[in-house]
Amino acid sequence: MSAVLFFIAAIVALVGAIGVVTLRNPLYAVLALVCHLVALAALFLLLRAEFVAAAQVVVYAGGVMVLYVFVVAYVGGGDEVAAGSSLRILGPMFAVALAIELFIAMLGTGLSGIKGKGAAYTLGFGNPEHIGKLFLTDYLFAFEVASLLLLVAAIGAIVLARRRRGLEEDETDFRAMRAAPRPAYTGTLAEAVGVRRVLEQLEQTGSATELMGGVPQDREMTPTVIGTRDAKEPSSAPGDDADSGEGGEG
Amino acid sequence: MALGWYLAVSVLIFCIGAGGVLVRRNPLVILLCLELMLNAANLALVTFARMHGGEAGQIFALIVMVVAACEVTVGLGLLVAISRRNLPIDVDELHELNG
Repeated sequence: MSAVLFFIAAIVALVGAIGVVTLRNPLYAVLALVCHLVALAALFLLLRAEFVAAAQVVVYAGGVMVLYVFVVAYVGGGDEVAAGSSLRILGPMFAVALAIELFIAMLGTGLSGIKGKGAAYTLGFGNPEHIGKLFLTDYLFAFEVASLLLLVAAIGAIVLARRRRGLEEDETDFRAMRAAPRPAYTGTLAEAVGVRRVLEQLEQTGSATELMGGVPQDREMTPTVIGTRDAKEPSSAPGDDADSGEGGEG
Repeated sequence: MALGWYLAVSVLIFCIGAGGVLVRRNPLVILLCLELMLNAANLALVTFARMHGGEAGQIFALIVMVVAACEVTVGLGLLVAISRRNLPIDVDELHELNG
């Protein structure tokens, strides 16, 4: 039973690894790596490393791969040019040579343990209790260094991936957009939050022109039109005949 | 299963990853291939932990996982910075450190 499970998991892991290397689309490569990692977690379970297998699934296949998928979607590096350099041939040759060397080392090893099935199983081998105890006693220094490394990496990633320019340009854009002429009182969002009221107050104090940048004349037109109509209306109120004639002409 | 089989799988995965690092030019895929190599090392460590019956190898494997997560974080941050500057996503073009 364990042999069947081993061969299934090993074949899936190897196929996933080959898929990572050969697939052209980076998104498919990431998905192949997810398959590979899950199969590798099954191999860890067969080796009675329960906690490592759980961490593999949760941290790798769950966390790191999501990060990869997001970056693939952000960068979108879809089409890749085929490598024209000599590494195109030398790379696989190097890989095959490395495999042959490692297999020679493995077959000629003096370790008799790799021919057996491993040490006798003791109860609780590799469960979270034992791992946690070891982390907080024998390997405390490695544990603390790992946590510090995580902190440094997180800060480094933020520093590397942040915007370089700051927010000044965006703020001016927002100002120009806010001061763009709109038909008055048509129920825009800016009116709802009181921007137009603030603009009118600024207009009265005379400081609105510098806020509005390039479009001051539109705003100044509406008060003058209203002003002329206001000036006309009292004269038109007393006599109807004369005013209708004036209105028809004008 | 004899433990040699696990080591054989580990060797094959490591070699596939090493070949991928050399052949591919997309830095994202190169990071993926580095993950493959680290996972092959993890498999070997867990196999040896099973062989000796001690849990130190599993501790090492977990630490390697943490290191891999850090490497991925910084590498992907670099990649985002590269794409934000509209540089080509190609390691052959990115051979100068002065940007």
